[in-house]
Amino acid sequence: MTTLLGVPIAVFMGQLTLGLVNGAFYALLSLGLAVIFGLLKIVNFAHGAQYMLGAFAALLSMRYFGTNYWAALVLVPLVIGGLGMLLERFLLRRIAHLDHLYGLLLTFGLALIFEGTLVNFFGVSGARYATPEALQGGLNLGFMFLPTYRAWVLVAALGMCLFTWFMIERTRLGAYLRAGTENAALMQAFGVNVPLLVTLTYGFGVGLAAFAGVLAAPLYPVSPTMGSSLLIVVFAVVVIGGMGSILGAIVTGLAMGVIEGLTKVYYPEAANTVIFLVMILVLLLRPAGLFGKEA
Amino acid sequence: MSQPIDTAAGALPSAVAARRRRERLRHGAFYLALLALGLVAPLFVYPVFLMKILCFALFACAFNLLLGYVGLLSFGHAAFLATGGYVTGYLLASHPGLTPELGILAGTLAATVLGALFGVLSIRRQGIYFAMVTLALAQLVFFGYLQAPFTGGEDGLHGVARGELFGVISLRGNLSMYYFVFGVFLLGFLLIWRTVHSPFGQVLKAIRENEPRAVSLGYNADAYKLVAFVISAALAGLAGATKTLVFQLASLTDAHWHMSGEVILMTLLGGVGTLFGPLVGASLVVSLQHMLAQSPLGNWVDVVLGAIFVLCVLSFRSGIVGEAVKLYRKNFK
Repeated sequence: MTTLLGVPIAVFMGQLTLGLVNGAFYALLSLGLAVIFGLLKIVNFAHGAQYMLGAFAALLSMRYFGTNYWAALVLVPLVIGGLGMLLERFLLRRIAHLDHLYGLLLTFGLALIFEGTLVNFFGVSGARYATPEALQGGLNLGFMFLPTYRAWVLVAALGMCLFTWFMIERTRLGAYLRAGTENAALMQAFGVNVPLLVTLTYGFGVGLAAFAGVLAAPLYPVSPTMGSSLLIVVFAVVVIGGMGSILGAIVTGLAMGVIEGLTKVYYPEAANTVIFLVMILVLLLRPAGLFGKEA
Repeated sequence: MSQPIDTAAGALPSAVAARRRRERLRHGAFYLALLALGLVAPLFVYPVFLMKILCFALFACAFNLLLGYVGLLSFGHAAFLATGGYVTGYLLASHPGLTPELGILAGTLAATVLGALFGVLSIRRQGIYFAMVTLALAQLVFFGYLQAPFTGGEDGLHGVARGELFGVISLRGNLSMYYFVFGVFLLGFLLIWRTVHSPFGQVLKAIRENEPRAVSLGYNADAYKLVAFVISAALAGLAGATKTLVFQLASLTDAHWHMSGEVILMTLLGGVGTLFGPLVGASLVVSLQHMLAQSPLGNWVDVVLGAIFVLCVLSFRSGIVGEAVKLYRKNFK
């Protein structure tokens, strides 16, 4: 069997794909955080809970309404994103004029409520969500076996990232968003409906989290606590990359996933801490983050 | 500025001086009443419950020193609580001859060192990033304790003996233990009171209000923040160490990010930036958890805490003590 740096190449490639898939989730989630942070200037602590709600919505709609995976992939982000818009309109807007730390605290409280409620109904052990039939099985590439669903997750997540980039950089709405990020008051003076823009932006960010949740449902056990531990890792990714650029969020997310995957091959004990160690290194060498500019 | 300008005139007019004197007397009476309450409380309430409140109150006071007086929101204070607890617990459990005060001292020292490390790293970033960095570092510490051989992992560290204080006074009885914990709390509280009311504390408040201006006046803001962070971490470690001695165990619960959230809630509910707020908030949150655990709503603790969080942020931002002080100022001044 061929080996690479002392490890069978199939194992190496397997962990590399796993790392890329995890990295795709980091990228999607940190992208959502960055979009929300750009305009609202708050860190959405409920992001992990909203990702979890996305996975649960897919699971429950399948169980009770027979909604299939493809419909869930479209509908769930819309529903959870709509819920996010309500949260912004009726809660976050009331504290928009205050120190932005209050936004962090409010969304933290919301995360506790979402998580605690679902724990009561479904417990902490995870439920399984069946992989859609079209994506079962895998491809034998000769040097490795690639499960179809993981390949699909990579394509879908990166496609969604690309779509977000296109929306923000190449459309009129995106131009408003970028201008609002620079100077919201001036935008308002030009006659743009900034409060509406803020609501839409928050809804979009939450929708991204829910989309990631649906993608994750067939891959990981669906449990109420699936979001919170992931979110802390995503926070570290955001500290490493900075929330300044879309491309930065995507690249950092993928890179951290790959680093984590490779650590699993060579030094498994450090696999769940390596991203935090990278964060420490970045703080020491480049405090503003790889793609960030210090405010 | 809400302060009257009469202080600038040198010698105070006698009416003002008299009012100051009256106020100081009133404050003194208030502090004495609280002290007396603390001394007689264990005769009426179960001491272990009171000790739990005091430990969490000290933890919240330590946290409040950062959020309330420097304006830094740390989301990683659980790491210091747990470090104090684990180090003290491990030393006392593995060295039967060690006296409890030395064990607590060692735990506090370990938390102080960890605080210095956290501080050096996290004050390199500001505002929201500061919260995220401290949270991520605390998660790193959590994984460390989960895997370290001496913590007992998921099971926790059990069988910590309370022993004899200074090798003389037995702490096995709950009443003697209570007075020891009360003493520790007073010590920590006095240290915070002294810090806040010192020139050092004034600079901290200046940094909170306007950091660029404090820097332009020649203060090294980062150094001040670091010292405040280390003091806060040390006291949080002291609280954790004492708590381990009370319950004779240390567990992963203390290191979990939920604990960092709880201490924020205690401080917010009681009143950020008030001396007594954390004490009030900790008493309320601990009592609430105790009551909920025995009621049919036992599984809904997190939801209730989350709802209080949301309510506090939306409409009760000064906290209970903060609102009470406002009411007092409006009606009695």
